[in-house]
Parts: sequence; structure tokens; C-alpha cells
Amino acid sequence: MTRGLASAAIVMVVYAACASAQRSESPRSGLTFASPEIRAMQADDVANPGMLWVERGSRLWQAEPDGAAKSCAGCHGDAATAMRGVAARYPAWDAGTAAVLDLEARINSCRERRQERPALPRESDELLALTAFVAHQSRGMPVAVHIDGPASAAFERGRALYRTRVGQMNLACTQCHDDNAGKRLLAETISQGQPNGYPAYRLEWQSLGSLQRRIRACFFGVRAEMPAPGAPELTDLELYLAWRAQPLPVETPAVRR
Amino acid sequence: MITRAIQRRRRRLLQMAGALAAVPFVPASAAAALPEIPALLTYLSGRTPGTGRLTLDLPRLADNGLAVPLRMSVSGPFTPTSYVRSLQLFSEANPVPLMAAFEFPAPVARVEIETRVRLNGTQRVVAIATFSDGALQAAVAEVEVTAAACMDGS
Amino acid sequence: MPDARVNLAGPVRRGEPFEVRISIRHAMETGYRVDDAGRPVTRNVIRAFVCRYNGADVFSAQLSSGIAANPYLRFFVTARESGELTFEWTDDAGVRGTERAAVVVAT
Repeated sequence: MTRGLASAAIVMVVYAACASAQRSESPRSGLTFASPEIRAMQADDVANPGMLWVERGSRLWQAEPDGAAKSCAGCHGDAATAMRGVAARYPAWDAGTAAVLDLEARINSCRERRQERPALPRESDELLALTAFVAHQSRGMPVAVHIDGPASAAFERGRALYRTRVGQMNLACTQCHDDNAGKRLLAETISQGQPNGYPAYRLEWQSLGSLQRRIRACFFGVRAEMPAPGAPELTDLELYLAWRAQPLPVETPAVRR
Repeated sequence: MITRAIQRRRRRLLQMAGALAAVPFVPASAAAALPEIPALLTYLSGRTPGTGRLTLDLPRLADNGLAVPLRMSVSGPFTPTSYVRSLQLFSEANPVPLMAAFEFPAPVARVEIETRVRLNGTQRVVAIATFSDGALQAAVAEVEVTAAACMDGS
Repeated sequence: MPDARVNLAGPVRRGEPFEVRISIRHAMETGYRVDDAGRPVTRNVIRAFVCRYNGADVFSAQLSSGIAANPYLRFFVTARESGELTFEWTDDAGVRGTERAAVVVAT
């Protein structure tokens, strides 16, 4: 009896060690690698340029798209209640489309199927505003995604891609964002590459942008061909990154350089 | 592992860039000489501004030259005959040297402005305060603006 | 559809300065960029900005391409009577934006 318990305990310890070895021991938000100026900009909802998109999103939430019967508010009501916690669970398996969807795709799915309007293009101002507004309703809540069941295939693909060398620089995400997080690259500090602040206002873009855009920019940075916006491998990565980020709080709209 | 080629490149670039430690806001040195920006010299028309009452705060190292937070403030006391009428910002290296001009048609006891500027590379920025009685105050700040570590083609 | 966010910091007491902050959605296109086809993107920045207090100008700014996209301004205004702050700005394309905020002065 004692030996059985002891071996079960050993198995559990080894299993736990393996599971945690694949995730940052202590995930750190990009804010903790950022300058005082960036931190101050994000902390102030008037100085934070991302809030301009959140505000636009709040108006779009109320507005009826041309020709559609109902606005988002028409079905969902007040977003502060209805959308609270939603972004923290995304990307998520969507039974209706039988796929893992990120928040942008889920909003578009609603637009097409419920509002009977065309999907909004990736990185369009409208989609950014709506996504930022919905995600903002989860600000402060811990990221908590499901990677089991039908989502597990996408998760495994994302985890594998995170570890795959790409581009002329032949680098995998993990080499910068796990092995060298906190170290300097030119005048910048390498972050852990956490997704919890997206859509985020990036100074380099002079605009709010999506997590997919940020991931595509990283591909460009290692001189790899960028996956097309909306490509399934981007959603796979988003899911893996969200799992890896737990339990960091949603920060949307974050400010990053 | 980061390849040796990457390591060599990084070492070379770091040597070229020098050791740039991130430092929080450093107030402008009151004693620094004014850069000879033609638009600034035209505005001054031979006058020499005083120093000590105008503060110009900019980060020593910018996160990104596209948006650099800036603060200017003028310390009182102000009187009905001596108050701040305008504040101007001059850039040493931007294509447009007069970055902004702020005016106070109505005097205010707290003269403080914050905004975000674009800086076209490492340079000095000059702030000039003009008083109602014609007095001038100046402040200079130097900002390092570096290239992004990774190019972004998104 | 100009987007702007305004915040006035209280308490606002007669005769004392109060903080005004405004954030405006505007690309502040410098005119130095080129698009993907190599064509220059036309300059379009907010030039004139003015803040009026019950109709009287209290703060104005002449901006340029040297001001960052989505411009942010923080400044102070002396409180007088209760009423309204109105903000108005015009860009190179002649597009006007406006915003307003109520001022409640504690007597």
C-alpha cells in the first residue's frame, strides 16, 4: 500500500514537472519589460491611444450595420456584463464552425451568421475596434483557455510551430522569448512574447493592431515569409501563446513599442 | 540556441551603439548651449533666453522615435504683467524644425503641457517660453533614438 | 467621424487651474512615407487646435508632422464660471473635428 502510494506520488511529481517545463515558470507581461514611458501610457486611459479604438468599438457595438436586423447590443445587451470574461477564454473551439477561432474570427462568425453581413477584413479599423472593445471587457481577468478535447490538435500544432526554426535567421520563437527573454537585442529588451495585451497599440504601427499582426511581424523579423492574415497556423500559435500566458491578466488595450 | 552569426552581429551592433542603459526622464540641463537651429535663431532674433524657469522633460532613450512623450512646464510666480504667452518646440534634426507652438490667450497659473512628439533620429529638442513682457526662457533636452531591433513588415 | 477622448480632472475651483486632457484619433500623416507601390502618401496633419471656455479661447496649438499620430495634449485652464469647454481642430485636408466637455465649478 505504501509502495503503491509512493510510486503514484513519483509519477505525479514527474508528470507535473514535465507539464510545467513546457511553460514559463512565471509568465511575465510585456509591461514588466517595458520602459516607464510605455507603462505610464498604458496605465492612463486618456493617454492610452488604444482606448480610441475601444471607444469606437463601443459605438459599433450599439450601431446596426447597414441592412442588418440587430446590432451587437440588440442580442447581447450591455457588453460590460455579456462580454465579461469572454476574451480571457479565447482562442476557443467553436462548435458551429468546427474550428478553433480567435476573437476576431468569432466576431466575424457572429456578423455573418447572426447579422447576415459580410465578414470584416482582418486589420480593418472596424474589426480592430470591435475586438478591442470586447477584449477590454475582460481587462484584469486571468487568461484561461481550454486546450483539451477538440482544441487539442490546434494546440499541439501551435506548440510545435513555436519551437520550429523559421526564416533566413533560422530562429524559433522559443529561442528569443524563452531562452533570451530579459536580454538586450540592440537597444531593446527581449520580452517573453506574451499575447495578453492584444489588440495593442504599437508605437511602431502608429495604430492599434491584432495579435496576428504582431506574430506576422515577428516572422518578418527573422526574415521568414509571413503567414497570410487569418492563416490557421496563426490561430494555432495564438492558442498556444494564450495557454502559455496563463494566468496573466488581459491588458487590452496594451501599449507596446 | 542563438547562432554564432547572430552573436557576432549582436556584439558588433552593441559596440557601435555603445552602452545605452535605459534611464528615466532626465530634466534638461539649464547650462547646455542652444543648438543653432535656423528657425530657432530667426525666432530669437538675437535675443538670449534665460534659463531656470522652463523645464523640458523627455526620456533619455526613446522607445520609438514615432511617439516620444514630452512635458514642458514653467515655474511661477506669474503676475498680471509677466505671464507665459506661448511655448514653442524646436527640433534639431526633424524635416520640420518648429514642431509645435502653444498659446495661452488666457493666462493660467499652472503652465504645464504634455504631448507626444516624433523625433527623426537622435537629436536635441529646444523649448522656448515667451512671456507677456517679452522675456524668454529656454530649455534643451537630448534624446537617443535608435533603430528597432527587429524589422516589422506587417 | 472624429474620435476623441476628453478628461477634465477635478475638483474644479473658481480661480484655480484645472487639468484638461484630450486624445484625438488622427494618423498625422507626415508626407514622408511611401506606400507599397512606392508612391508618396500625402501629408495630412492636424494644424490648428483650439480650446474655448464658454466661447472664449483659452488655449491653442499649431501642430506639425513633428507631433505623434493620435495626438495627446495635456494642459491647464483657469476655472471661472461653470459651463463648457469646446475643442476644435482642423487638418491639412480641411477636415474639422470637435469635442466638448462640461465644466462644473465648485464655488
